[in-house]
Amino acid sequence: MRIAILCWFFLLLLLGPARLNSDIIHKERSLYSNVIVKKIGANTCLQFTVRRNTKNQSCFNPRAAERLVFAYAKMTMASILLMPEPKKILVVGLGGGTLPMAFHRLFPTAVIHAIEIDTAVTKVAKKYFDFTENDQIKVFDQDGRVFTKRALANSFKYDLIILDAFNGDYIPEHLMTQEYLQENKAILSKKGLLASNTFTTSALYDHESTTYASVFDPLLNFKRPETNNRILLAPNEPIDRAQIVSRAKKYGPRMAKFNVPIADYAQDILEALDGQPDWNTDARILTDQYSPANLLNSR
Amino acid sequence: MSLELLGGRILAPYFGSSIYVWGSIITIFMLSLSGGYLIGGKLSTHSPTMTKFGIIFFCAALLLAPLVYLSEMAMELIFLYVTDPRYGSLLASTVLFMVPTVFLGMISPYSVRLLIESVARSGEVAGRLYFVSTLGSSLGTLATSFYLVLWFEINTILIFMTASLIVLSAIAIGSDKWSTR
Repeated sequence: MRIAILCWFFLLLLLGPARLNSDIIHKERSLYSNVIVKKIGANTCLQFTVRRNTKNQSCFNPRAAERLVFAYAKMTMASILLMPEPKKILVVGLGGGTLPMAFHRLFPTAVIHAIEIDTAVTKVAKKYFDFTENDQIKVFDQDGRVFTKRALANSFKYDLIILDAFNGDYIPEHLMTQEYLQENKAILSKKGLLASNTFTTSALYDHESTTYASVFDPLLNFKRPETNNRILLAPNEPIDRAQIVSRAKKYGPRMAKFNVPIADYAQDILEALDGQPDWNTDARILTDQYSPANLLNSR
Repeated sequence: MSLELLGGRILAPYFGSSIYVWGSIITIFMLSLSGGYLIGGKLSTHSPTMTKFGIIFFCAALLLAPLVYLSEMAMELIFLYVTDPRYGSLLASTVLFMVPTVFLGMISPYSVRLLIESVARSGEVAGRLYFVSTLGSSLGTLATSFYLVLWFEINTILIFMTASLIVLSAIAIGSDKWSTR
């Protein structure tokens, strides 16, 4: 009996990892995380750790490369309602490169700068996620804060800045402070827009919200029931309701191929315009002096 | 160790939090401590007293204080002139942390000399000192990374460190005056 149990045990040991790893097509320990590329159904997905509850960072369907998979990525495309024709776009945090590629497909002549600290992520994005660099899209393998500070020193301006450098497990704390947001505001063009993809499920929510609200006015808290992510939209100029409606109509057909329900998003954004802050407005603002974002995120 | 941890936070807005920033900080702290050990050891051979010991603490406190007021300006300048963040962070670590850390490094060998009463027990004394010093370092690391950064601003923690060094300096100098009465 004991021998039989032992045999089963060894069999499980042998088969277990094989079963768990069967859908992994690339695994790499980089300087910053474990980069894993998985096949999940028809999608190829990027993950940054090996924990069982690890969230996918980025997914894309190789047979329908234009169609965005994740709600947060689709929601980020709602930026066009507030910044309809961006000429220069900055994306902080590359992931699988789905957002830069979507904006490139939508605005082929726009200059897109993507910032990614981890060269392993850039490599994987190019190999498995259909991400390409060309005359319009350029990746800078460096820290987002350093890039922004350098852009500020060189008086660069962007029409659209997308902050997508936060995953559920780790937040670069220096990219969530009042000073960093002020630097981003300073490199936004006159009619520019900042869109930030963040989370809603921890004690960090209140602090993050007050921090953004301390720099940006107006600030739109764009949420959807299908996701725990939210997109903070911070335009540099007052919001025109009529233009949101007309832009949703204008971009509707083009957005369909990205799987983005832009008319619904326009409605949500119009409602968010009337909404009151749903966070504790007394929460301490995150600054370069006080930024325990990860400790707060674990609460 | 607490200062080293805060060092990462201080440099991050200008040089990021990449692995080379931590490489710069650790390198400069190790180099500075090794220099401090040498200088402290040498100083201890010249009629060591608690007053001189207290002065080392006081100097470390004085050199730590500018971090609160001048670090932004120093990093701004370095950021403008050194475009490679690897060398920028290395230079910034040197400018900001080297001198106070050299003085902090002088404390251990000087303490050994003050505590040793006989050659026979010198190993035991040194062992105890390393024990206390390393235990203090680990507690400082834990307290700073788990709690202090959650409650206080970086500058508040730095001011607290500076004040603690001044208090220790006063205790050392005071005890010397008291014992020579």
